[in-house]
Amino acid sequence: MNQVAEPIAFTPERQKRVDQMIANYPEGRQKSALLPVLHVAQEQWGWLSSEVMDHVAKLLDIQPIEVYEVATFYTMFHLDPVGKNVIEYCRTGPCCLMGAEDVYSHLKQKLGIQAGETTPDGLFSLKEVECLAACGWGPVFQIREKYYMNLTNEKVDSIIEELSQ
Amino acid sequence: MSKKILLEHAHIEGIETFDTYRKNGGYEALEKAIKTMSPEAVVEEAKKSGVRGRGGAGFPMGMKWGFLAKPEGVPRYLVCNADESEPGTFKDHYLMKTIPHLLIEGMIISSFALGANKSFIYVRGELMYVINILQQAIAEAKANGFLGKNILGSGYDLELVVHPGGGAYICGEETALLESLEGKRGNPRNKPPFPAVKGLYQCPTVVNNVESIANMVWIINNGGDAYAAVGVGRSTGTKLISASGHIKNPGVYEIELGLSVEEFMNSDEYCGGIRDGHHLKALVAGGSSVPIIPANLVYKTANGEDRLMSYESLSDGGFATGTMLGSGGFIVFDETACIVRNTWNFSRFYHHESCGQCSPCREGTGWMEKVLHRIEHGHGNMRDIDLLVDVAKKIEGNTICPLGDAAAWPVASAIRHFRDEFEWHVKYPKEATRPGAVYMGEAELV
Repeated sequence: MNQVAEPIAFTPERQKRVDQMIANYPEGRQKSALLPVLHVAQEQWGWLSSEVMDHVAKLLDIQPIEVYEVATFYTMFHLDPVGKNVIEYCRTGPCCLMGAEDVYSHLKQKLGIQAGETTPDGLFSLKEVECLAACGWGPVFQIREKYYMNLTNEKVDSIIEELSQ
Repeated sequence: MSKKILLEHAHIEGIETFDTYRKNGGYEALEKAIKTMSPEAVVEEAKKSGVRGRGGAGFPMGMKWGFLAKPEGVPRYLVCNADESEPGTFKDHYLMKTIPHLLIEGMIISSFALGANKSFIYVRGELMYVINILQQAIAEAKANGFLGKNILGSGYDLELVVHPGGGAYICGEETALLESLEGKRGNPRNKPPFPAVKGLYQCPTVVNNVESIANMVWIINNGGDAYAAVGVGRSTGTKLISASGHIKNPGVYEIELGLSVEEFMNSDEYCGGIRDGHHLKALVAGGSSVPIIPANLVYKTANGEDRLMSYESLSDGGFATGTMLGSGGFIVFDETACIVRNTWNFSRFYHHESCGQCSPCREGTGWMEKVLHRIEHGHGNMRDIDLLVDVAKKIEGNTICPLGDAAAWPVASAIRHFRDEFEWHVKYPKEATRPGAVYMGEAELV
């Protein structure tokens, strides 16, 4: 059987947002919209495949390499498939002072995976990140736009349970 | 209660909405500036206020504005640096999510002063929820005629764009931020030319921190002289301090510059003291980049004077016995903190965040991380400690941007003040790597 790859395209709602983003910058400076548009792309596809990056390059009328070099520089972009919930936990000093290392060990044990891995059911991925600018409310991790702060083992348990429903 | 310039209304419920902000005097400064002042007069007030860059560098904002080139027919830009990523710092995060209109109003006033018709707020991408709050505030300001075409009938047009970053500490450096805003990797540019001459899209540009810009609202309402009367000496006004670590009340506090460190640390109005049953070991006063100082240099300078929360007093004694106000990231360590582990942690941060452009930083941060890792994990030797000092020295001052210095200072200062703790890790690797083990001084080794 022939499998026809689905053409890469933003949903109409997202395409509208992308067009607005491009219009935010002066004429001829549409490349400025690259980071915002990559965020929208990641929101739609979950990660940035080379096909998606090529599509973004076309939309912004720039070379694909200009997208690759940016996507690989900034740590928020996933260049491989990830789970439904990517838990990005802060490993930097102030969070560690608040006992983050113990909380993250618990988190890893609970999910049975290490940083950079995804649970077999595809629900969770773990990603180690640097300071999330929430040091007074640490330990902290974020899942998509949401910050989870003042984490304890018990809090981690209930967050994981809630997101496993 | 000390003077509040930024957070006076932060506790009011609904202050994030336009209506509540407006009812509490919001946008009155903007009306005053646009209806009764010339752009030059606004710049003059900024200069008089003496307000210094709140992102960490502490350069006088009015002076920075004065450098902006104004060639005919070339657009000028104002870019707000909201890429807050310095470990220990979360004040801009707090300000933007709590009272977003203060930043928006400050941006409009500052853009008017600089003659910018399009201005950007570059927010670190992780704070997408804060970006949404700012977008909402911008939409409200626009709907009420404070933003967009012909603001308040003055003929002045301004468009504000919120731009998300992608996760890169280096983009807090202003020229890296501009590269990033142009859709490129965040590699800092060589200076000169400075952004004031060739910045965004090679046009004259001013880059200012969130807190600096937010101060303009009070400055216009009350005058630059009134602002300069707050604070101490050349440290005028108030400062937002992000307090974290082993204290009773972590959080964001607005203090009048010149408050004593002792009061800030121990007063219930602020940090509330070290957590119960513990005592102070060390302080990083202004974000992870600044030198760490031991407890005996926290409340008093080496000369025995009271240490104050000000640019001058915190750096009193230079690198030998001082630290810096920096971004106001106040990280407190009690006796349970391992200085070696923390220094390794910070080194890993700088290695991870180095853009890789300059060899001393790209290679040096990696070496420091590796050497610190092996000392912390019980595989170090005595020569490693001097090796670290040597590597730090070779990075410092030898890179395009200050990330190299920022990586070197925490290592050099930790060894300067806590050398015995590093040596203990080398001499007693078994004890030092036992989970939870902490160096308590030479006496407890025997």
